[in-house]
Formats: sequence, structure tokens, C-alpha cells
Amino acid sequence: MSAPRLLYCRCAYAQVLPQEVKDGVLRHLCSAAQPFESVADLCEMSARRDPRLAELASSDLKIIACHPRAVKWLFHAANAPLPESTEIVNLRSLSTAEACQLLPPPA
Amino acid sequence: MSLSPDFSLLLYEGRGSQPLDPERRFALCAALLDRGYSLSRAGLGARLAPGQKALIVLGEFDRGQAPDLEDADGAIALSACDITGLDPAAVTDLVERRRGDRPMNQPGLWKPWFPVIDYSRCTNCMQCLSFCLFDVYGVSKEGKLQVQNNDNCKTNCPACSRVCPEVAIMFPKYSSGPINGEPVSDSDIKREKMKVDISALLGGDLYARLRERSDEAKSRFSQERDASKALAERKKCLAKLMAEGMIPADVLASLPSPDEIQRRAAAAAARAEAALADAPLP
Ligand code: SF4
Ligand code: SF4
Repeated sequence: MSAPRLLYCRCAYAQVLPQEVKDGVLRHLCSAAQPFESVADLCEMSARRDPRLAELASSDLKIIACHPRAVKWLFHAANAPLPESTEIVNLRSLSTAEACQLLPPPA
Repeated sequence: MSLSPDFSLLLYEGRGSQPLDPERRFALCAALLDRGYSLSRAGLGARLAPGQKALIVLGEFDRGQAPDLEDADGAIALSACDITGLDPAAVTDLVERRRGDRPMNQPGLWKPWFPVIDYSRCTNCMQCLSFCLFDVYGVSKEGKLQVQNNDNCKTNCPACSRVCPEVAIMFPKYSSGPINGEPVSDSDIKREKMKVDISALLGGDLYARLRERSDEAKSRFSQERDASKALAERKKCLAKLMAEGMIPADVLASLPSPDEIQRRAAAAAARAEAALADAPLP
């Protein structure tokens, strides 16, 4: 099975993610070989029902954002329900090292 | 705030370009994301969502020369920008210029603040719809509670989450759980049970009665609704939520007059009543 597509949320509109965690994880993604998608703020996209959420939800995803319950229903609110298999890495509860363990290793 | 961008950004590191140093990649991504842009880091290409009309491709191209790109179907405006030697601020400025007047929101100008419903918990009781004075909530064609007017929601006010008996309303940007989407614990549910009883606002066990859908229940609903009592209860409820720090002072200051509150509360309750009367029994 191929690796899921990676989606990183920067939480740029009201930073509820710890800065050092979101920077540490982005740095880690940037040092890995696997391409990734990144968005400024999933909440902002959900608020305006951004059609890109449906395109993202149509693939096998690993989302790096915040609490899985919030992320799941933010996609739902934008008419883009996530497949049950979607993995969500919670940067609101994990340390940088714990989160990076769940991501592809550096190249 | 419906400024949907119709363009995408791609950080390209494939054929005809130089791979970026990881630290430079990080600095570029962070700068663009913090300015509100979404971007794909890819070697080969980007998947565009329906409705996207333009793709801006950033890369350190061979000989510092951005290629001329053209979409064979002519549906997407493609443009490539060479970013060799540009620092992240200069790259962001370049993207800003390329974007031109294509619309988008930007951080700092607005906070995405609106209720998000956890439908695995929501029982469709309509208490949130009855409570909100700003028409944030509505009812779908299928009779289901829905968030319909995000932009009416008052920034930093999560009060309606406290009237939900099922802890089903989240504000992901809120500081603490379970309102921010943290898992709901047993103690959260117990705490919710002790909080403001919004149904008392509008006539005791109104919601249970409506679910019975008997004519008797419906007529008692109209007899029991006493507007001045409802207003007094609502004030008590608002005071309690304010004491708990749930309603920011500026939201309280922007509340409509008592008469207007009464009118809106009655309208919201009528919508909730109609939706419940029509909804299939749970
Ligand atoms: S989904 Fe979570 S991490 Fe992303 S913008 Fe919303 S609150 Fe922030
Ligand atoms: S108050 Fe809670 S359970 Fe009731 S309709 Fe609103 S979200 Fe659903």
C-alpha cells in the first residue's frame, strides 16, 4: 500500500498550536523525501467551504493539525467528509519528537 | 469572509530545477503559510481542486530561467517564478505580485471563529438554535441542525457550546477542552448536566414534549411560553455564562435591546419548534 498523502496545517489565523511544535514538525517534513501539502489554516478553509478540502478528502490522508475530533468535523462542515481511515497527528497534544515519530523519516 | 482563492502554489523541485536545501525549504514554506498561502511541495505536479483557475510554480530553475508554461486545455493560467537567490520575504512579495487581485483571506484580518458540530454526539435537540440570537444556526432540508451563518458568530464567544447538553459544539480555536475538540470525558458530561438549563428558558421540558409530537404537547408549548419569563431566564443564563468568562464583554455590549432579544428568541424558538415537529423521531 502506498504512503498516505501528507497534509500539514499551519494554524496561521489564530495560533493555537505551540510555535515550536509546528515549526519543528514543518522542519521535519521539509527534510523528508516525501512531498506534502500544506495549508495556512484548516479552520479558515472550512469556514468558507473551500472546494480544495473535498479534493484533499478524496485521497488517503495523514493530517498534521490539532485535535482529531475538531479536524474530522471541520472537514464534514465543509461538505468534505474524511474517510474513516484518515490518520490525524495532534500537534496540540504531542511534543515535536512524538509527532515526528509518526511522520516519514528525514531523507 | 467568503474569499475563496482560485489559485494554487507549487514549490517545484523536479526536472529542470535545483533541489532546495531543507532549511531553505522550511523557511519558504513557513513564510508563505504565515502569509495565508497554501502550497504543495512536489517533484512532479499538483492536483488542482475544481474551481482552481491558476497555478503559480516556484522553483530554483536551471540557469535562473523560469520556463514558459502553458496548460494544453487552456483552463488553467500557469506561471513559473524563479526564486534563485531570493530570501523568503522576497519570495512572498513575488507571490503577492503574481497573485494580483485574485481574492484570498489573510491572517490578522479575520479569525475563523464559528461552531463546529460533532454529529456523532448531536441529538438534534435544537437548544443551540433556540439560544443563539445571531442566526448562526439553521435547519437543513432534512430537519437537521446546521451551522448556516458562520460569519454572524461573535469572535471568541463560545457561549452556545455551553448550552449543548451533549457537548457536541466545538470551537477549534478555543483555548481549552472539550470545546476545542479534545475528547469528551465523563466528567465533562457530568459538568454539562449541571450547567445552564437552556430548556428552562423556553418552557420547561419543551423539547421532550415536542418529541412526543402529540397535539397536546404542541398546544401546551404555546400556552406555557411566557415571553417575560423567558427574557428573565435568558438574562440569568447570560449572566451565568458571563461570570464563567464564556461571553466576552464586547459581545455583551453588542447584544440587541431586550425587546429585540425577545423577538429574536421567539423567532429562533419557533424555528426550533417547527424543525422538531417535522423531524423524524430519534
Ligand atoms: S484545524 Fe486545528 S490546527 Fe488547523 S487551523 Fe484549525 S485549530 Fe488550527
Ligand atoms: S444543542 Fe447540541 S445536541 Fe442540541 S442540536 Fe445543538 S449541537 Fe445538537
